[in-house]
Amino acid sequence: MIRSLLALLHRDLRLAFRHGAETLLGAIFFALALALFPLGVGASADILARIGAGVIWVLALFAVLLTLERLYQSDYEDGSLELMVLAPVPLELLVFGKCLAHWLTSGLLLVVMSPLLALLMSLPAEAYWVLPAALLLGTPTLTLIGSIGAALLVGSRRGSALTALLVLPLYIPVLIFGVSAVDGYLLGLGGGAQLTILGAMLLFALALAPPATAAALRVALE
Amino acid sequence: MHRYANPLRFQRIADALLPWIAVALLVLTPIGLYQALVLAPPDYQQGEAARIMYVHVPAAWLATFTYALIAVASAIALVWRHPLAEVAARAAAPVGAAFTAIALITGSVWGKPMWGTWWVWDARLTSVLILFFLYLGYIALHDAFEDPARGARAASILALVGAVNLPIIKFSVDWWNTLHQPSSILRLDGPTIAPSMLWPLLTMVLVFKLYLALVLILRMRGQLAERRIHNLRASGAGG
Repeated sequence: MIRSLLALLHRDLRLAFRHGAETLLGAIFFALALALFPLGVGASADILARIGAGVIWVLALFAVLLTLERLYQSDYEDGSLELMVLAPVPLELLVFGKCLAHWLTSGLLLVVMSPLLALLMSLPAEAYWVLPAALLLGTPTLTLIGSIGAALLVGSRRGSALTALLVLPLYIPVLIFGVSAVDGYLLGLGGGAQLTILGAMLLFALALAPPATAAALRVALE
Repeated sequence: MHRYANPLRFQRIADALLPWIAVALLVLTPIGLYQALVLAPPDYQQGEAARIMYVHVPAAWLATFTYALIAVASAIALVWRHPLAEVAARAAAPVGAAFTAIALITGSVWGKPMWGTWWVWDARLTSVLILFFLYLGYIALHDAFEDPARGARAASILALVGAVNLPIIKFSVDWWNTLHQPSSILRLDGPTIAPSMLWPLLTMVLVFKLYLALVLILRMRGQLAERRIHNLRASGAGG
């Protein structure tokens, strides 16, 4: 079972590296969209510092959302999804593997980039570790919740707008606690409790998302 | 349970129930409105504006109740492949979305004189807004596929996932320090609302429930008829 999980992880990561530009699209969007904010709201450092944490979190949500379509759609089109459903390993485990590969090639990039973006938004120095820490706990949850939405829409005639409608409402709790954790530290109030809740949401999503995604994929291939 | 899966049996039960529900609704609606708008005393702080409560609270209860109904029906549809449960869930969704919209709008109208603002981003309001979007997502997903059966099953899974929002709505006023007042009726130590206001409120809740039942039955009948037409057309085209 572990071997098939590793094989799937290996395959998905290799696919992601071969499609380098496509994989980086979410991260590029993340940086590009952020560059629009100083132009839109004015480049004064105190405004940027006040909205910085919120803007970076919202953009992280959108960046993950953008990359969700590649989670299952291409596997569905070339038929490998069918083999995964028929494989003698639990589909939930394979879903977990696919989510892990997706996070390593999308969410993790955002975590690594976030100190740089914090610098661009003139956030105080504390943000250089708080923001990545909060994103590290939050982005896997985004991938896991998004995996449910992506699986529900496999083979649908409507595309990404509907994914946003399904997934964004479920992202709101992550956004709320992610932003308040970062703002808590930046304002000197401490955000340990919010980070704990982000961790709890990750555990909850880890338990709930693979079975829900597996059920949705089985429906898709009926 | 599969005794009730037969659409014909459902039709018979629905036809028998419908007149009773309609009569009860016709009788209770004026009584409830009279109680709420005339008999109930104005609030000592909020004055006459507190009467918005008699629409707002039932609508908000029914908004969450309808979602719970959809979630339970979806679970039944997924586990036992119960066809009527699927029809019931789909039929209830627009009604629930409308109740949610009414709760949000009346709450906003009530909030303006009381809180001095149409909208605040507190936990209760935000979670109900999420509920509204969950309803819209459910309806959109249901209709997103060429094959209606596929859409119905995908939407059922979404309904179950979205059900995690229900306890958040219920307990949001206890977990967070919200501008929205905490629960004053469903409490362990008994309701803290005066009986002269509680009774009109309960009557209005009953009116809203009867309305839900009435519309649900009508919509389910409509959908079953639509399916039958679809099937007849399909078989007619084949033969």
